Formats: sequence, structure tokens, C-alpha cells
Amino acid sequence: MNTIILRTVAPVVTALTLLFSVFVLLRGHNEPGGGFIGGLIAVSGLAIYGIAFGTGAVRRALRFHPMAIAGAGLLIAMLSGLVSIFAGVPFMTGLWITPSLFGTDIPLSTVISFDVGVYLVVLGAITSIVLALEQEPGPEFPAPALRGTTSRRAETAAFAREGAPDPVTKKKRRKSGGKR
Amino acid sequence: MASPATSPVDLAAALVLTPPPLGDWLVILPVVLMIGAGAILLMVRKSVRLHGGIAIAALLLLVLVNGSLLLRVIENGPVTMVMGRWLPPFGIAFTADLFGATMALTASLVALAAGIFALRDIDGSGRRYGFYPFLMLLMAGVSGAFLTGDIFNLYVWFEVLLISSFGLLILGSRPEQIDGALKYAVLNLIATTLFLISVGYLYSLFGTLNMADIALKAGDLSGTAPLVTLTALFTFAFAMKAAAFPLNFWLPASYHTPRIVVSALFGALLTKVGIYALIRVTVMLLPVEREVLSPAIATLAILTLITGALGALAQSDIRKLAGYLVIAGIGNILAGVAIGSPAAISGAIFYALHSMVAMTALYLVVGEAARRASLLSGDENQANRWSLHTLGGLYRSSPGFTAVSLLVFLAVAGLPPLSGLWPKIMLLKAAMDINAWWLAAAILVSSFLVTLTLGRIVLLAYWRQGLEPEAGLERQTAVRGDWRLSLPLGALVLLLAGFGLFPERLLSLTQSAAEGLAGPSAYIRSVFPDALPSGGIR
Repeated sequence: MNTIILRTVAPVVTALTLLFSVFVLLRGHNEPGGGFIGGLIAVSGLAIYGIAFGTGAVRRALRFHPMAIAGAGLLIAMLSGLVSIFAGVPFMTGLWITPSLFGTDIPLSTVISFDVGVYLVVLGAITSIVLALEQEPGPEFPAPALRGTTSRRAETAAFAREGAPDPVTKKKRRKSGGKR
Repeated sequence: MASPATSPVDLAAALVLTPPPLGDWLVILPVVLMIGAGAILLMVRKSVRLHGGIAIAALLLLVLVNGSLLLRVIENGPVTMVMGRWLPPFGIAFTADLFGATMALTASLVALAAGIFALRDIDGSGRRYGFYPFLMLLMAGVSGAFLTGDIFNLYVWFEVLLISSFGLLILGSRPEQIDGALKYAVLNLIATTLFLISVGYLYSLFGTLNMADIALKAGDLSGTAPLVTLTALFTFAFAMKAAAFPLNFWLPASYHTPRIVVSALFGALLTKVGIYALIRVTVMLLPVEREVLSPAIATLAILTLITGALGALAQSDIRKLAGYLVIAGIGNILAGVAIGSPAAISGAIFYALHSMVAMTALYLVVGEAARRASLLSGDENQANRWSLHTLGGLYRSSPGFTAVSLLVFLAVAGLPPLSGLWPKIMLLKAAMDINAWWLAAAILVSSFLVTLTLGRIVLLAYWRQGLEPEAGLERQTAVRGDWRLSLPLGALVLLLAGFGLFPERLLSLTQSAAEGLAGPSAYIRSVFPDALPSGGIR
């Protein structure tokens, strides 16, 4: 799968897909879409990136561990429900503010922040599953992310060719794993 | 959904417009707290040093919240909060009555004890794998199941706790754990699917999922064939969850595989959630149909009592033995459900509360006994570690621990002066009241067999000298007490002894809980404040 065509196109496709996922997330308030489907779309973009450049590249691009992102999403969703304690209404009641920015009314609500939380939970959880599936089997699971893409790419190529990791890159990998 | 402030429609038809008192938040806080703590632990998953502190603090808070919730329920009756302020039955209601609140409080106490013990039992890799986040989400599921007032929501919390329990079960990833987890997962998913099918069936019959609404409407259809079928389906699904006899093969196949603290949590919580749901649905929502099925449930109860006790007697692996004791305990509770009178349900609830604490303590004792014995004998073999054939010399090396173990064993067997005695007496009396002497006999025979089993452990593992008594005494310095074990175990034994010696408070509590289930008018009024005694509000 690691062709030059895919590697050339992947960054563009990933960027567009991520943008589209945010669009679907925001659109979902009144029309088909929402946090869940938006999160899934974002994951598909990251999955393409992972196929082209290896899981290490995706992990580095995300900066945070996918499960940490999912945790943050869960926290945001929960806090959105908890806001209503200050408004004297039951848990999970939708609350709205419409600040005016440059003459445009922007309706913001705890409903949207809840959906952002859902988006992050789906993004984090499914990315973590996808990365685990894209990662080739290693001695530890989940294997630590690699520092350099080149060795990872070579390893992936070797794995695709021979069905088993090349002993040289395997050694390198263990070394870089030990550094962490 | 437009902004409520500018909407021209009559909001009172769809929304709760009176602001809820701040105290009502207590009913949702346990779940919110546990999900929040789980989320924070997921975010700091790399810094495993922080996990223990955050989790213990959250569990302490959970105990406090559940305690104040119980106080509020005792004072004001059932507490309800409807999510998103949609009027019930459309909004999802969280309703805590005495039954739910006492179960939730006991569950949080047990989880706190297990969380403290896990500081020692779960090593760095177990924490990195996510023991504490899983524990938080498990408790979110358990609290949600105990406090929800909506039957589909109950299903959702079952799923939450089931998924967390999968994670806990395979913590460590040893082959036998995967093997146990597979059986556990498949059989539990079948039970959950059955539960979901029953919920769908129930919805087609009543057109509502809110428990209070179902209780209002069940009268119109009571005793008809569809409702009896529905009750049988629910009983089947929940009996499977609760590990009642012909459906319990997942329990002995899996409970001995994970870390001992995970076994303790499972033995205390998972089966009790199944029993809770069974009592909630059959006793509160569908009492007439439960009466029809009573002989079947009684048969299940007797089989569970006897096979559980016999299974325990036949085992020489003390972890598997503890699993069978969990099953025997479930038989006692089922006997109470089969009788169904408020006195029997009160006994069943008391037994469930007692069993949560006693089973946790039992697993902690079993784990510690095995650890001490293997330190004494210097035998690293995992299979020998748990076997009654090789255990020995514990009384000589650690008399204090032996005393605590004896107390726990007395509690599990239901002997005075610990709290296992009272619920058994209540159940026996309730059985004799309706002349069900065979049920009473089964409870007594099972108790006798359980006592024999525990006596066997005491004789072999504690009283008997170790294989190499002299070498054992030399190694004795390696065995040291540890606050992370003695604090939770001591607290659990104190609870058991306290409610064994002074049961009046808990007795009156479980009696009013059982009366609240038999006549749920307070429960219904808490959800539908202007509901008439008969008929709905619509």
C-alpha cells in the first residue's frame, strides 16, 4: 500500500477529511451529522495517514495519546452536563448563550460542547483501535511509537515483503523502545 | 430544539419547570463523579503514580455522596432527577429509593476497600494497562444501574459495567485469563442480549420504559400471558447475570483467573447488580407475574444453593472455591425472591448487602492466605499457590491474620456473631411462614455445606502444619502486615461484625426498602408528583 501516489495524496486527503469532520460535527446540530459521525470521519482521515506513513507518524501528529484524547472528550461531555447545576436546571439540560461577534449572533450551547466531547471520545477511541490494527505485531503490545519514520517505513516494507520484521530494523526498534 | 427562552409553545407540557433542589443532584453525582474520575485517569494514563491517589480520592468522595444520598432518601423518600428536564416518562429519570441507595452505598464502600488493596495488588504494568480507569468506569456502571429509574438506561449501565469488567478481567493478559474472559464475555453477552430483547418486548407491551410508569401501567395487564412471558424472559436474563444455577457456568470458568482484587470486585458487585435488577423488575414492576413464576424461581434457588455449596466443597483451589461460595450466596437471595413477601425481600436485600462486603473480604483473605503460604514455603509454583493440598501452617506463622480470616469465614457461613446470621434467619422465617419447609431446608443444608467447606480451609490451610514447618518459621520475617491490606480488610470485618452485633438499624432499613418495593407509591410519586393512586397522568 505504501506507493508514492498514496504518500503524495495522503496529507491532502487527511487535511480535507479532518476539515470535513469538523464541518459534519457543527452541521449535525440541525441536520444529519454530529459528534459521532464527525469523529468517525476524522478517524478515517488519520487512518489514511497511518497507512501512508506508519502509525508512528500518526501518533506524533496527534501529540497526545489517542486514549488521552478520548478521556478529555469524556470529561468535556460530562462537564457540559454539569453546567446546568449553576442554572438551576436538571443534569444534561441544554443551555444557550448567543454572543455577538462582529455583528453576527453565534449561538453556543452545552449541547454543542457535549457533541464536541462525543467527537473527541470517538476520535480517540477509534484511532487507538485503528492504530493497534495498523501496527504490525511486536513483542509488546501496544508497541511504543517510534522516533524516526524511516526505520518504521523500512520495517513496514520488510513486513509486507517477507511477512516478518527484518532482524536489523527489529533490533533498532528495540533500542528506540528502550530509550523511552 | 429552539432556545427555551424565546419559544412560544407551552413549555410546561414538555419540561420540568421547577428548579430541582440542590440535594436532588446527589442521585446523578455518583455516576458523574466516576465518569469524571475515569476520564481524568485516562488523560494522565502515562503518569501511573498519580492513579492511586486520584482514584482513592474519587472513591472516598463517592462513598460520601452515596452516604448523603442515603440520608436524604431516608429523610425525604425517593429522590428523582430527570435528565435534560424533559418530563418523565420521556426524559430519562434517575430515581434512588432505599433499595438502590443502600446497594449503591455498599458498592462504593466495597470499591473503596478494593481500590486501597489494589495499591498493593496491582503492579506498575497493571496500572499502565488501566486498572484504575477501568475501576472508575465499572463503578460508574454499577452506580448507574443501582440509581437509574429507566429500564433501557439500566441496560446501558449493564453494558458500561460489562465492558469495564472485560478490561479488568484480562488485566495481565495471561492465556488462562483470555480463556476465562472469552467464556465470561460470550455468556454475559447472551444474557445482555436477552435483557435487551425483554426490554423491547416490554416496550411493545407498555409503550414506556420508565420504571415508575411501568409500575403504574402493569396493573391493567397483570397476570396475562404476555406479561408472564416477559417476566420469565427477564428472570432468565437476570438469573444468568446473577449466576443462578443452570446459567452460571461463566462464573467458575472466569473468576479465578484475574488478579485477586479484581475477583473480589466481581464477586461483590457483578452478580449483585444482576440480583438487584431481578428484584427491581420482578418484585416492584411485575409482582403478580413473579407470583406465577414463584415455583420456578424457588427451584432455581434450591439448585443454586445446593450446587454452589457442593461445588465449593469439591474444590481444592481456594480461588475457585470462593467463586462457588458467591454462587451459593446468590441462591439465598433467590430464595427470598421466590418467596416474595416483604419479609423475604427484606431478608434478600440484607443478604445482598452482607454478601457484597463478605465476598470482598473473603477474596482478600483467600489472596492473602495464598500469598503468605507461598512466602512461607518458598514455593513459586502458581498452581500450588492456591491448592488446599499444599497450603498450610498459616496459624502458626500469622495468628492475627488467622483470627481475621476466621471472622470472615463465620460471616460467609452465616454463623453468629457476624452479619450473615440475620438475613438467613429472616429468609428461614419467611419460608416457614408460607410452609415452604423444603426451601428452608435447602437454605440450611447449603449453609451446613458452606460451613464444612470453610472448616476444611481452616483445618488444611491454617491449622495444619506447613510442609516444612522449620524452614517456614525462618522465612516468616518475609511475611509482613501491610496497611494496604489490613486497612480495607479490617474495615470490612468491622462492618460485618458491626451489623452482626447491632443489626437493628440495617434491619429496619431493609424492611422499609422491601416495603417500598412491595408498594411503590412513594417511588411513583417521586417521578410523577401528581400521579393518581391508579391510572396514569396522561
